[in-house]
Amino acid sequence: MTRYTSVTDADRQAMLDAIGAQSVDDLFEQIPVEVRLDRDLDLPPGLTETECFDHLAELAERNAHADAETCFLGAGMYDHYVPAIVDAITQRSEFLTPYTPYQPEVSQGGLQVMFEFQTAISELTGLAVANASLYEGPSSVASAAYLAIGATKGRRKLVASRGLHPHSRQTLETYARGFGAEVVEVGLDGGVTDAGELAAAVDGDTAAVFLQNPNFLGAVEDLEALVAAAKEGGALTIAAVDPLTLGVVRSPGECGVDIALGEGQSLGGRLDFGGPSFGFFASTGEHLRRMPGRIAGETTDVDGRRGFVLALQTREQHIRREKATHNICTSQALNALGGVIYLAWLGKQGIVELGELMARRTAYARERLAALDGVELLHEAPVVREFAVRLDAPVEQVLDRVAEDGIAAGYPLAREYPEYEDALLVAITERRSKRDIERLADALARAVRASRGEPAREEVPA
Amino acid sequence: MTPPFATPSPPPANADTPTAQQRETATTIFERSVAGRRAGSVPSCDVPERPLDELIPRNLRREHGPQLPEVSEPEIVRHYNRLSRRNFDLDTGPYPLGSCTMKHNPRLNEKVAALPGHARLHPAQSPKRAQGALELMWRLERSLAEICGLPHVSLQPSAGSHGELAGLLLTRAYHTDRGEERSRVLTPDTSHGTNPASVTMAGYEVVKVATDERGGVDVDDLRSKVDDDVACLMLTNPNTLGVFDENIREIAELVHASGATLYYDGANLNAIMGRSRPGDMGFDIVHVNLHKSFSQPHGGGGPGAGPIAVSDRIEPYLPVPRVVRSEGGNGAAPTFDFDHDQPKSIGRLRGFAGNFGVFVRSYAYMRSLGGDGLTEASEAAVLNANYLLARLSEGMTGRYLPLAFDRTCMHEFVLSGAPAKRELGVKTLDVAKRLLDFGFHPPTIYFPLLVDEALMVEPTETETRESLDALADAFEEIVAEAERDPQIAQEAPYTTPVRRLDEASASRRPVVRQTL
Repeated sequence: MTRYTSVTDADRQAMLDAIGAQSVDDLFEQIPVEVRLDRDLDLPPGLTETECFDHLAELAERNAHADAETCFLGAGMYDHYVPAIVDAITQRSEFLTPYTPYQPEVSQGGLQVMFEFQTAISELTGLAVANASLYEGPSSVASAAYLAIGATKGRRKLVASRGLHPHSRQTLETYARGFGAEVVEVGLDGGVTDAGELAAAVDGDTAAVFLQNPNFLGAVEDLEALVAAAKEGGALTIAAVDPLTLGVVRSPGECGVDIALGEGQSLGGRLDFGGPSFGFFASTGEHLRRMPGRIAGETTDVDGRRGFVLALQTREQHIRREKATHNICTSQALNALGGVIYLAWLGKQGIVELGELMARRTAYARERLAALDGVELLHEAPVVREFAVRLDAPVEQVLDRVAEDGIAAGYPLAREYPEYEDALLVAITERRSKRDIERLADALARAVRASRGEPAREEVPA
Repeated sequence: MTPPFATPSPPPANADTPTAQQRETATTIFERSVAGRRAGSVPSCDVPERPLDELIPRNLRREHGPQLPEVSEPEIVRHYNRLSRRNFDLDTGPYPLGSCTMKHNPRLNEKVAALPGHARLHPAQSPKRAQGALELMWRLERSLAEICGLPHVSLQPSAGSHGELAGLLLTRAYHTDRGEERSRVLTPDTSHGTNPASVTMAGYEVVKVATDERGGVDVDDLRSKVDDDVACLMLTNPNTLGVFDENIREIAELVHASGATLYYDGANLNAIMGRSRPGDMGFDIVHVNLHKSFSQPHGGGGPGAGPIAVSDRIEPYLPVPRVVRSEGGNGAAPTFDFDHDQPKSIGRLRGFAGNFGVFVRSYAYMRSLGGDGLTEASEAAVLNANYLLARLSEGMTGRYLPLAFDRTCMHEFVLSGAPAKRELGVKTLDVAKRLLDFGFHPPTIYFPLLVDEALMVEPTETETRESLDALADAFEEIVAEAERDPQIAQEAPYTTPVRRLDEASASRRPVVRQTL
């Protein structure tokens, strides 16, 4: 018997007797012979708990993780500190092991968490309503497109800034083929979305305009001005935002967007090589009934006690089937719980202080790197947590050299932006101290010199 | 919460003496906020403290910060601990939700997922420096390919419904590549709600296929609907009635003859691991719910993951990036990489490479059980379901809550509460609510739609015979009690943190956030 089952030989016999079957094979008789697997699965035999742990630990050791090196990688997910209470609470059985709260009387904990999460996201984004989570960032962008196409009754054009995360743009393209929609891209100018090009791209067939703030290059956009330009054509305006910058950066609600969404990993989430995290989705009140995903609502029980339930379920697949506003069922409830605990931990003052610290350290790192020989800024737009530089040396080579110093220097933009072949995106969090930044600057300077074939400074005769 | 099973006498059935939990008014974290309190602190500024105006122009900045709670750490811990106690959970008692596969979630999997090499690995790390993660993904892909009987796997989709959308977009890409345009997708009337919802999202029209008297696809109805405008048939097998479709080969032949693809909703894969494989049945595309068959905890509604396995003809269209393995040569170890260069690919479905933390847990689960253990898990799941079915067919439960389709079941079965409703005035909802007082999570109710007053029961392999007996005893006691006094069930539950909630007004006049 496996260690997760409990059927002894005596149990099996007693149970078969109760069923009236001779053997377990009898129960599988209904599978036609021609589709039965007549051999064992070709998989390795089971491991003891110790063996399994050791095997997984051996695999884990072959990954250069953010405790083993100093991490300046960002590009949508960031090395922020995860408070101890996030793990302690999310690992509790009562949150870890239930299903979606279909029986509200025994799911008040999870439902209230959803309600608190919605309130927190609504506050952060400055929009009237929010859902209880989606899968993650880029697929939330595609979900907003589905909403917009429904809301604008047949419009089929989606306009996206090139400052939108490349994974979001690619996901939008994938989904758009299903929606029968076309994605049109608007370029960047000086690191920010080209407002003129945006205004020209929006027409009477445009269902939605997609922006990101800060954008993928780290630049803080003039979101309000872009939104005003986009709205003239009657398109919905949709902004992907970084929730942890919203203590200092103007909120999407204040900028007049219809929908704000994004990746929630920075709110107390693990890096986890890209998931699971959560996506969040907020909008003005008018889109509440088209919103994707679960939404908790406040109500009372038969005795008048305050309680929470899944609200507006007539939007959802299990009720509305082909007429649902989205197909999502299992979402990212546990990660969203981590998010709301993190926001309570950080608190009203903390989110502002953290934003200010990131802005100052990012400015410092940006100036420090730009002053190096062979390094210059990719753009000079304002930044808050991430910035881009150009290197006068092959980026991948530089990154390999810096990695030898135990530093992940940043994200090579050439992976997604061929026009920025030698550029590097560098992310700063509260975990990257001034000392880390100095180490990065020194290592980068050495690596750029070495990659240009110049001798290291120590070897240059005085 | 009330303790699970072993209830000596029926739990209280009156609302006059509220429990301690019931007396406690729900209070949100925002309502606990007091100006000036805080939990977390931010490192002090170690770089020049320049005025923000110099860094980000004022018109791009937020004037008033968001109204997040102001609470201390002890308050946060106590708040969420108290909230957690207002949840029922699988670690506390049986959770026989049909189609959801609420099996034990091994803690080993949590432990290995938390290793820094997994939990602290940045997704933009160069693949050269993430070889362990890529190898884990590759091995998981190979294992799923073997279990599903289909050679190619993408781990990218985030959940079952995401896998369904992927499968439909793959179908579209496949037909488009062949110069065909098809507009309709067939789903049985017993299908999960996600199936038709995914069909619409993928830009197809849903056509329903009827169910025959044995609980399988009505082959004649299918034959009359399959033509060259049909892109795909989506099936669950065993289906949501818990029975295996005996005509699966004929169905596959009909679908393939029309040029459509056959899609397997893997929600019920837990019934057949090592016993039968969707690929051998003729399916082209399969999604697997790692949070069902492969023990990822459900988390109160996620995270999950919905990898897809496909046949050779669908492979060129799989999402990018793909995980690829290269032989090392000269005795060197193989290396792993992401391949983004797949010209026929449908593209990306999400950011980065999927819910990696879920992959770690499910991979650890598969390695713990091995091939034999996975087969044994399915066998025990089917044995447990049939045993529970036998127990529930006895006595008054069998009379008032009979089996909807009288056949040997696979890993789950569907009862109909129609007689209880008709003869006792006790609805399936009432039975479910009364089960809460007995310390059990109820089965899935009112699904599948074609069964009147449906109760869909899936005990999973990790329940003991004793807990199944206790569940059967509770059902029997509830039905017996209802025969004496139907009002008890009609007004249940009595012992839960709140009692029946007004769901209608929560949707009519939705309050979905707190006013601050």
